[in-house]
Amino acid sequence: MIEPVIEVKNLVKRYGAVDAVAGLDLTVMPGEVFGLLGPNGSGKTTMILVLLGLTELTSGDVKVLGLDPLRQPLAVKKAIGYLPDSVGFYDTMTARENLRYTARLMGLERAEADRRIADALERVRLTEAADRSAGGFSHGMKQRLGVAEVLVKDCRVAILDEPTNGLDPQSTTELLGLIKQLRDDGRTILLSSHMLSLVQSICDRVALIHKGRIGLTGDVDELRSHVMGGAFVIEVEATEIDLDTAFSGMPAVGRVERIGAKLVHLHAGADIRAEAARRVTEGGGNLVRLAMHRPSLEDVYAKYYAEVRDAA
Amino acid sequence: MRREGSPWRGLTTVAFKEAADHMSSARMHFVMLLVVLTAVGATYAAIGDIKSTIGSDPFLFLRLFTTARDPLPSFAGFLGFLLPLVAIALGFDGINGEYQRRTMSRILSQPIYRDALLAGKFLGGMIVLAICIVTLWLLVTGLGILMLGVPPSGEEIARGIAFLIVSLAYCTIWLALALWFSSVFRSPATAALAALTLWLVFAVFWQMIAPLVAGALIPVDPLNPMTAVAQIDLQHNISRLSPSVLYGEMLTGILHPSTRSFGLLFRSQMEGALMGAPLPFSQSLLLVWPDFSGLVAGTVLVFTFGYISFQRQEVRA
Repeated sequence: MIEPVIEVKNLVKRYGAVDAVAGLDLTVMPGEVFGLLGPNGSGKTTMILVLLGLTELTSGDVKVLGLDPLRQPLAVKKAIGYLPDSVGFYDTMTARENLRYTARLMGLERAEADRRIADALERVRLTEAADRSAGGFSHGMKQRLGVAEVLVKDCRVAILDEPTNGLDPQSTTELLGLIKQLRDDGRTILLSSHMLSLVQSICDRVALIHKGRIGLTGDVDELRSHVMGGAFVIEVEATEIDLDTAFSGMPAVGRVERIGAKLVHLHAGADIRAEAARRVTEGGGNLVRLAMHRPSLEDVYAKYYAEVRDAA
Repeated sequence: MRREGSPWRGLTTVAFKEAADHMSSARMHFVMLLVVLTAVGATYAAIGDIKSTIGSDPFLFLRLFTTARDPLPSFAGFLGFLLPLVAIALGFDGINGEYQRRTMSRILSQPIYRDALLAGKFLGGMIVLAICIVTLWLLVTGLGILMLGVPPSGEEIARGIAFLIVSLAYCTIWLALALWFSSVFRSPATAALAALTLWLVFAVFWQMIAPLVAGALIPVDPLNPMTAVAQIDLQHNISRLSPSVLYGEMLTGILHPSTRSFGLLFRSQMEGALMGAPLPFSQSLLLVWPDFSGLVAGTVLVFTFGYISFQRQEVRA
């Protein structure tokens, strides 16, 4: 049996009367890229801090690589590379000096550290800026330097808190590439983000966090089918046919949603475009347009949080 | 609950990084420039005075530190006033500055305990302060050798080293205080102002407050002369709550070898004493020992407050 990298059971963290995290369960397996999604204040950063042993939990059970972050924080912190939300560096030191400092804190030998630092700076393409003071770095460069630090640490687990927050589209794409490299090195990655397209493009599994609890968890397809009913929306435009009768009783169709006189959306559990086209032509209609529209994670996210808000 | 691993892991790394940071920071250069200029000025004035007045003093070098010529105070007086400023300049943004630069969670996610970060900052500041004080002392001694033309005696050097240790202890309590404030107040400006306020209170106003408080607590009864003694004792003890007063007393004890007591002396206690004769070095040390242990105890206490405040803090900014 493979041991999970991160195992959180019934985690509760209370600040005064407020439950920042209220009974959260989470399991991340080795090599997985796991995305935490949720609005601000839903407890994502708190949970990450608990995993690093930087804050004490009120109750619950947390294991990282089989270690307890509260009792063995040094061993846990040695095994996790952490990129905090909008990371900062010492302005008076150069990028390389900043990394050297943390490398010394990690307990690396000078020669080994220098080798890894040069390597990491190369990979995040900061070699040319390496000996410039970090005070003049743009937000994007600082984020990349943060990734370089995770690379220098060379650990099995990387935790990235809002890595693309406040980045311009080009920097976001660059950072995305770097995160993919981290994944391809075989690291387990836990990342929290609002950037749904980012989560969708690289996460194997996603958890929607709501008020300190996991609302939903699974891969993007599972979330899609859970929240949106069917995971597929098929747009059919046809003339000379009554679309409602044509599609009634069709297997795998959850719902027929009429958009216009000649346009319907079929909410289905599978790709049924071929079957839909056959029904239209067999019914004597002219098929004008047939398109499959897969709801993005953004749609899922918006719909889910609208639902829980309505339920509350 | 026991935690695994040493709390001192990373201590020297943090300390040396902090010391290097301070040595190259503009803030430190400014403060040191101020201190060096005033120190040199005071010593220069003192040398002029010593040359003209004292010819046969056995402790000529100690006079360099304590002789004041109007309008300048003595070198020792300057240090009592300015050393806290140096220490505050080193410590006031120690903790909150890390939050402001958003480096705190990044540093604490490395395999070290918070203890190492705080103690490292404290130690780093102490290293820089020690370098400053030794530099100043050497500067003044060198100036004395050049201008007076005589080398310091063995006992003068021993007293000089005692002066260095006492000065470092005095700086350290202000450093601990500045670090404590930097952990309590989230804004470095507030922390700096709070520390400077306390510095002004202790360096300037405390000597005025102490007699008022003592007078209110123990009014002098004209029919009972012992109440006057009790009032002066109380006033003395209240004023000793200020590190500046403790430092001043210690400097008097160390740099004026003829000092026998800091408080009241009765005629009966002086019987058989040679007025103005210097005490041996060991006796002077004995005289300042209570003040010194009080100052160190205060440092430990203030550092503990800072430690508790920092340990209980939530790391998220």
